[in-house]
Amino acid sequence: MITEAPAGAARVAASLPKAATGISGLDEITDGGLPRGRPTLVCGSAGCGKTLLAMEFLIRGATQFGEPGAYITFEETEEELAQNVRSLGHDVERLIAEGKLAFDHVHVERQQIEEAGEYDLEGLFLRIGLAIDSVGARRVVLDTIESLFSGFSNPALLRAELRRLFRWLKDRGVTAVITAERGEGALTRQGLEEYVSDCVLLLDHRVQQQVSTRRLRVVKYRGSGHGTNEYPFLITEQGISVLPVTSLGLSHKVSSERVSTGVARLDAMLDGGYYRGSSILVSGTAGSGKSSLAAHFAAAACKRGERCLYLAFEESQAQIVRNMRSIGIDLQPWLARGLLHLEASRPTSQGLETHLAQVHQRVSELKPQAIIIDPISSLAAAGPSLDTEAMLLRLIDFLKDRGITAMLVSLTSGDGALEATEHGVSSLIDTWIVLRDIELAGERNRGLYVIKSRGMHHSNQIREFLITSQGIDLLDVYVGPEGVLTGSMRIAQEAREKAAALGRRQQVERRERELAVRRAALRAQVLALEQELKAIDEEARITSAESAAAEGVRAGERTAAAARRGGEEGDPE
Amino acid sequence: MRPSANDEERWVLRLYTAGQTPKSVAAFENLKRICDEHLPGRYEIEVIDLMKNPRLAKEDQIVAIPTLVRKLPDPLRKIIGDLSDVDRTLVGLQLRPAFQVRRP
Repeated sequence: MITEAPAGAARVAASLPKAATGISGLDEITDGGLPRGRPTLVCGSAGCGKTLLAMEFLIRGATQFGEPGAYITFEETEEELAQNVRSLGHDVERLIAEGKLAFDHVHVERQQIEEAGEYDLEGLFLRIGLAIDSVGARRVVLDTIESLFSGFSNPALLRAELRRLFRWLKDRGVTAVITAERGEGALTRQGLEEYVSDCVLLLDHRVQQQVSTRRLRVVKYRGSGHGTNEYPFLITEQGISVLPVTSLGLSHKVSSERVSTGVARLDAMLDGGYYRGSSILVSGTAGSGKSSLAAHFAAAACKRGERCLYLAFEESQAQIVRNMRSIGIDLQPWLARGLLHLEASRPTSQGLETHLAQVHQRVSELKPQAIIIDPISSLAAAGPSLDTEAMLLRLIDFLKDRGITAMLVSLTSGDGALEATEHGVSSLIDTWIVLRDIELAGERNRGLYVIKSRGMHHSNQIREFLITSQGIDLLDVYVGPEGVLTGSMRIAQEAREKAAALGRRQQVERRERELAVRRAALRAQVLALEQELKAIDEEARITSAESAAAEGVRAGERTAAAARRGGEEGDPE
Repeated sequence: MRPSANDEERWVLRLYTAGQTPKSVAAFENLKRICDEHLPGRYEIEVIDLMKNPRLAKEDQIVAIPTLVRKLPDPLRKIIGDLSDVDRTLVGLQLRPAFQVRRP
């Protein structure tokens, strides 16, 4: 029996009907929206966005989900409200004209009212009922109903009436949003959370170190799972955007595809380039060439026809384009073609959460394949280090989840250890490249090495590189007895090697000459011998011819002699 | 002792109710008794049942029931409740200055 209870509860939770708000991110953290047919309390201090959230809930309900809404306001007039949301691109007047929204401004002025005897709030009920019936509303907003407490002197009666009101709203089956001011030590000033207990959202507008951040938290959601964190949210041109802080799930897809770093020899060092969708950290001291490496990566991404989002926190767009042109990387065509989006802003202009939310928003809009954040270290100025760390973790996680190759640039101070964990993110980083100045023999030279690169063979060498008018140029490695040789020492080493090579070449040439001489000599000998041979042959031929001739002569003489003697042949004398 | 009302003024009063509830009935009876005593012969009471015409609740900014509105003489005054507290009703109608209200 007891063991069955949770399973039963889970079934109820799964089937709890919800009304989608359409507000980006909010439906994700509430697992589908607000409880359908029930009141939801939205509380927060003044100016935290309660009215806007309530209004967007209604407008989106009317425009996206075909659910008309009724807006009962206790503070602002219809005109004021319409004006407030017009700036967000919503035409409330049109929705009212089309019968999708109904408004009623309940105005209670205590000075004008004398209380003489018992009363109830039936008039309010009638008005809400009228507003609901006039458009067939499925959604109702009461903003801010606590104003009633300043209009009437009998709080006990008001409480009883509010309890009745919320019950009545439930009975009518409308999804209601009730806004309330944040109270001291309580969610609301008048303890409304006591009556509206199905779902409570808390909005917060915090200023830390002169930087403001809006946050939203689901305090309570009866019968439903929900995210429990504080979620930063933005008020943008498109309305409210809640940033769902994804838990550090490690379920993102991985790609074995390589993407070029933009520097051919660095690709070689990394056995082919970065993995697509991986996170790359480029850290280094000031002026060590981090942004140049980032620009190479951006240009390479654009060359592949990919979209790249470059968030610059220290330089303006024009400055980056100019500086990169000086090293032979022309970003202008990519900007013009809309592949590269270079967005510069001051990190201290907004809170960390706002930054994070903006990155989220831009990524969702732009759907880039590559993103560069230059530098993440300046975000540290926008908040306490623990917050920065948490934010970066979430950001990296988010980008990995989307399969976006992310290059994070980090400026390290000259005195700290370069390999010191960078804002606690190194464990999330797949490829970590350190650029450093190598001070040796009275010179500073640029060096680059790969601290780690998960899942690939990578070079362990410290490579010197130059920033030339054609971009970053990785040089050959010269390892001397005291380590890598850079600058003049490398040049000296190169000269030594050149001299040695020259010496070797000369030796070879000398040897070749010697051999040529000997070959020529031998050839001459061969020629002489052949001549000699030819002479001998000739002599032999002549000799044999003479001998044949002589024989012939002797034979002739013998014949002649025989004829002379008349005797027999062969007759000796 | 009647600071704002002279004897020739015409009084137009409007009582907003929501159906025949005990509070509404009591309010009407209390109002009629007060008017007969303080404004004999020169008042009219219009009873508006918002159940029948809820639109008027919005137009006249009615929240509490019953609500008594003094339309004339100017300025407009609102008194809510069943008017069982006669002193406060008189103050609300400006038939008696506020400092003379006796509190139980």
